[in-house]
Amino acid sequence: MAEQHAIPTNIHPSRFVQNPLQRFLMATELDTRLLGMIGALAIIWIGFNIFSGGLFLTPRNLWNLSVQTASVAVMVTGMVLIIVTRNIDLSVGSILGVLGMVMGVMQTSILPSQLGLGLGHPMIWVLSLAAGLVVGVGIGALQGAIIAYLRVPAFIVTLGGYLVWRGAAWWVTMGRTVAPMDPTFQLMGGGPDGSVGALWSWIVAVIACAAILIGLYWGRRQRLRFNFPLRPIWAEAALAVIGCGLVIGAVLVANAYPWPVRIAERYAEANGIAVPETGLFISHGIAIPVLIALGVGVVMTFIATRTRFGRYVFAMGGNPEAAELAGINTRWVTVKIFMLMGALCAIAAAISSARLNAATNALGTLDELYVIAAAVIGGTSLAGGVGTIAGALLGALVMQSLQSGMVLMGLDSPLQSIVVGAVLVFAVWLDTLYRRNKH
Amino acid sequence: MLDARTPLVEMNDISIAFGGIRAVDRASIDLFPGEVVGLLGHNGAGKSTLIKILSGAYRRDAGSIRINGEDATINNPRDAKAYGIETIYQQLAVADNVDAAANLFLGREITTPIGTLDDAAMESKAREVMGRLNPNFRRFKEPVKALSGGQRQSVAIARAILFNARILIMDEPTAALGPQETAQVGDLIKQLKSDGIGIFLISHDIHDVFDLADRVVVMKNGQVVGSARTGDVTKDEVLGMIILGKVPPGATPGPGAQNGLV
Repeated sequence: MAEQHAIPTNIHPSRFVQNPLQRFLMATELDTRLLGMIGALAIIWIGFNIFSGGLFLTPRNLWNLSVQTASVAVMVTGMVLIIVTRNIDLSVGSILGVLGMVMGVMQTSILPSQLGLGLGHPMIWVLSLAAGLVVGVGIGALQGAIIAYLRVPAFIVTLGGYLVWRGAAWWVTMGRTVAPMDPTFQLMGGGPDGSVGALWSWIVAVIACAAILIGLYWGRRQRLRFNFPLRPIWAEAALAVIGCGLVIGAVLVANAYPWPVRIAERYAEANGIAVPETGLFISHGIAIPVLIALGVGVVMTFIATRTRFGRYVFAMGGNPEAAELAGINTRWVTVKIFMLMGALCAIAAAISSARLNAATNALGTLDELYVIAAAVIGGTSLAGGVGTIAGALLGALVMQSLQSGMVLMGLDSPLQSIVVGAVLVFAVWLDTLYRRNKH
Repeated sequence: MLDARTPLVEMNDISIAFGGIRAVDRASIDLFPGEVVGLLGHNGAGKSTLIKILSGAYRRDAGSIRINGEDATINNPRDAKAYGIETIYQQLAVADNVDAAANLFLGREITTPIGTLDDAAMESKAREVMGRLNPNFRRFKEPVKALSGGQRQSVAIARAILFNARILIMDEPTAALGPQETAQVGDLIKQLKSDGIGIFLISHDIHDVFDLADRVVVMKNGQVVGSARTGDVTKDEVLGMIILGKVPPGATPGPGAQNGLV
């Protein structure tokens, strides 16, 4: 207490640190754990780039990496909330499978033929996705209700769900693969058509940079209003430059990846554009599934930090008894978390099946493990109460980078599994060390 | 303070059993506005269980609860809070991983017009209440687990008084505190009492509550041994009630009294 009295509260603590690195970290108030993950990601990327002979850090590979991450990234945002409340969901891969089937059947047979909309109707993708969301939320509500009201442990309920929903996926079409998907629906899977192009990517970048600047300004104003210590101006500027720099860098990479020559030529032919001698350069831009995943990340961060529901989730994770005694309807909150997870599975299923342009029985197999691993690598504590959406998204990117890098290096798939498993354990051990040192 | 006034709380013939063990057996207890009642007994005497029925954490098997003379339905902590009953639990019941303001408003957050959490408003209200209780408290932004026992206790107490409690239940309120913090809690209890709040103090240690309480009720083996005004009995006599179940002349015997057998 004595030292607290000595320091007037409205002077930023970074003023008292000499070491420049420490001072920078304190002044910017960046989460060191998140920075550590970004560092790990950088090491993985550079390492793979060297070992794959420069194949990893190419616009093409990074763009593909972003698309491959999207489905797991969408699901991991929900898994964070589940793990924070000391639950687990082993059924997300199977739920993704059955929802992919439901949406596939909706758009290939029920809507076009049985309801007579005809193939290619512009409403098909909306109605299919809506059907997937409804079924997903329903499955989540069922599992959540069994966990919350019948008091069956989440591990068992979702282990059962893992088998049940995988079986249900088979029953939807008796194992038949559903393809092809509706052309509009397919846009959710990426590819040349499912990307927004250079111009729109820049518009997204401008919006993101504006959001970063407004966020920094707003935060500073709130601190002034309540007389809280302010970050030094140079730290605010550094944050703005780093944030906007990352956004612009990502868009530059996405725009540097051109459409394949054949597709570009066909497009030029169809639209009567003359193909220059150097070849036609049409940028992919940011892929639609990546935008979906980023949007989900923003919305879920908002839910986790700015709403009552999110506050309850973390309070329940920290001390379930205290939450109950504070008058929180913990059971209903649990059901809502699983309903949310179901909805996210539907979005992920749309991305996966659209990308594959088919709904198969195997869709989403093993995804539950990747999702849980991504959440845990991203700093979500299995003991409950701790976890961030941003960290989990980074965790998903780390997992996918490992996968993709090993494919580029031509590693055998059994060896890939061994590496991923070992990295997961290693990452959690590092995290345990970090937490022990911190307290 | 004779019984002409309507009691704030009347719990009549309350019983609850856990798997065949009668934790509370036909216990009756009452509380008047501005009164401090010390509920005493050994660990396992049933005092915490009885009071958790009032705060909605447990549901009674039998008996009735009247608040302000009217029958009350209390099935969960939310019901109890609706009657103005606030509880400070022995284990503090704070969520360790969120900050003080979040704990103060847990379950009753202030929201902005569009329904999002109004953290600024909650923090400023928290600073106001904590400034009254514990002016040294500064660590509003840190998770509660970083705080000392006394600071955590002041968070728990602040939470109870923040929402204009009429009935305050304090389960071993000073068990985790040092002498100075204990004195602070004592002052606080006197202040709340003068505001007309009825307070139940629960403790297994007579010294914690005897000087603060207007009346003591002693429980043993789930039954009420007896009750007495603190002016009519000595500490030793109350100790005799706690340990032996022996009711002194100045006290009113209850169903658990050992009618002169000892």
